[in-house]
Amino acid sequence: MTDRAFAVVRAGALTTVQDLGRPGHAHLGVPRSGALDPPAARLVNRLVGNPPDAAALETTLDGCAVRPRRTVTVAVGGAPCPVTVDGRPAPWGAPVRVPAGALLNVGSAVSGVRCYVAFDGGVAVDPVLGSRSTDLLSGLGPPPLADGAVLPLGRPGAAHARVDTVPQPAPPRELVLRVALGPRADWFTAAALNTLTTRTYTVSSASNRIGLRTEGPPLERRFEGELPSEGMVLGAVQVPPDGRPVVFLADHPTTGGYPVVAVVRESDLASAAQARPGTPVRFVGAGRR
Amino acid sequence: MRALPVGEQALLVEVSDGTEAQALHAELLRRRATGSLRVREIVPAARTVLLDGLDEPRRVGAELPGWEIPPLPRRAEAVLEIPVRYDGPDLADVAAHWGVPVHEVARIHSAAEFRVAFCGFAPGFGYLTGLPGRYEVPRRATPRTGVPEGSVALAGPYTGVYPRASPGGWQLIGSTDTVLWDHARVPAALLSPGVRVRFVADTPSMDTPSRDTPPTAAPSTDPTARSR
Repeated sequence: MTDRAFAVVRAGALTTVQDLGRPGHAHLGVPRSGALDPPAARLVNRLVGNPPDAAALETTLDGCAVRPRRTVTVAVGGAPCPVTVDGRPAPWGAPVRVPAGALLNVGSAVSGVRCYVAFDGGVAVDPVLGSRSTDLLSGLGPPPLADGAVLPLGRPGAAHARVDTVPQPAPPRELVLRVALGPRADWFTAAALNTLTTRTYTVSSASNRIGLRTEGPPLERRFEGELPSEGMVLGAVQVPPDGRPVVFLADHPTTGGYPVVAVVRESDLASAAQARPGTPVRFVGAGRR
Repeated sequence: MRALPVGEQALLVEVSDGTEAQALHAELLRRRATGSLRVREIVPAARTVLLDGLDEPRRVGAELPGWEIPPLPRRAEAVLEIPVRYDGPDLADVAAHWGVPVHEVARIHSAAEFRVAFCGFAPGFGYLTGLPGRYEVPRRATPRTGVPEGSVALAGPYTGVYPRASPGGWQLIGSTDTVLWDHARVPAALLSPGVRVRFVADTPSMDTPSRDTPPTAAPSTDPTARSR
């Protein structure tokens, strides 16, 4: 048995393997998946000398604990959280050496939702369609981490981290999402479009990797009835029959039948992934470039 | 045809019906293959084609309505044959919707030639068109919580085959052992948009027992009772 592996001691609420996803297969019904906060995933990889698309762990709120079988360099980033190695405090947002057999604990996020944990060499589960990401909508990729599971690690590359520590944005107190209206804005009343861009919503606790659900004033439609299924993009603001906007995140379905009132700028989605339930959300018109 | 902007780098191209959508999809694939269109995803659907990850969304959006879209060619490419046991629990309901005797459903369904209009719902799930319009059926009023892998099903104008067990509201008319999705296989999806398909009635012979079912056993009508 190779020692290039780690054992899961505490899986946490939801910890998945994520890289930058599997774009290019939407026509087969395959979601893009991948890290919900790609800048954070790229950064922790950079801190341990990995290529930006290496597979890391994405935790949800309460972190996770793992025991590597060989000495590894790890980096924890994304949502700020306490990090310990065998109970001793270790830095967050910086490379950390974890001796073989030591316990790396990624604690509960102090703010934000999702921490990213990179290992030098990356998590080396078998790729599916070119990606190691867990896709919770369609079940592709490895299952979410479970206590006692053992996951393989790749061989560390020759590259050395060029950074020791880097600033990372603090998770937002208020989530501001810049949107471009359309493609189905004409399915909604003028009052609804005004509501969307002037009123404040809050992040719903029903949010997940598929979508950021919101609570707030419902958007009234001009037409009832069903829209024939059509292709959906990352960041689409879909409006189900209850009228509350849902922002599509990485594991979103590739087609859907509820109208999309607007699309959030891709660069704003990382902060959406770190917004906790109850966080105020404002959709602001970004116009068109 | 109109091209609706979708965020910063995508266009939703809307046409008047499914046939036009399939023709547009074929033309978009052709243009991407020649290099004149640079786009990450081309996602056909019921009467739209989504272009996501476009290099020049504004230019393409302005030019697209002026494109000449050739009708879908009747190509001589191979037709994928999917053997089906027409033993689904909704056969009688479908026969009633169609106004035909139950045994006619298999004959009508296996006589049609299908084409994968688009995929969605799950990896490898294709929406197949090809049945004449009079054979549309509604979804079931109450979706099933468990539809077995390999179920052949109808809804609206479409036929689909469940690539794996999942909840579903389509009318189940049969089952197949053909593996629709296997990510260890290349290609992973047997059905991708544009593939032509024919369903072949697979009648278990009396002298060769099929699989693990004793030939004397009455066919089960409970889809969840089938072992896989």
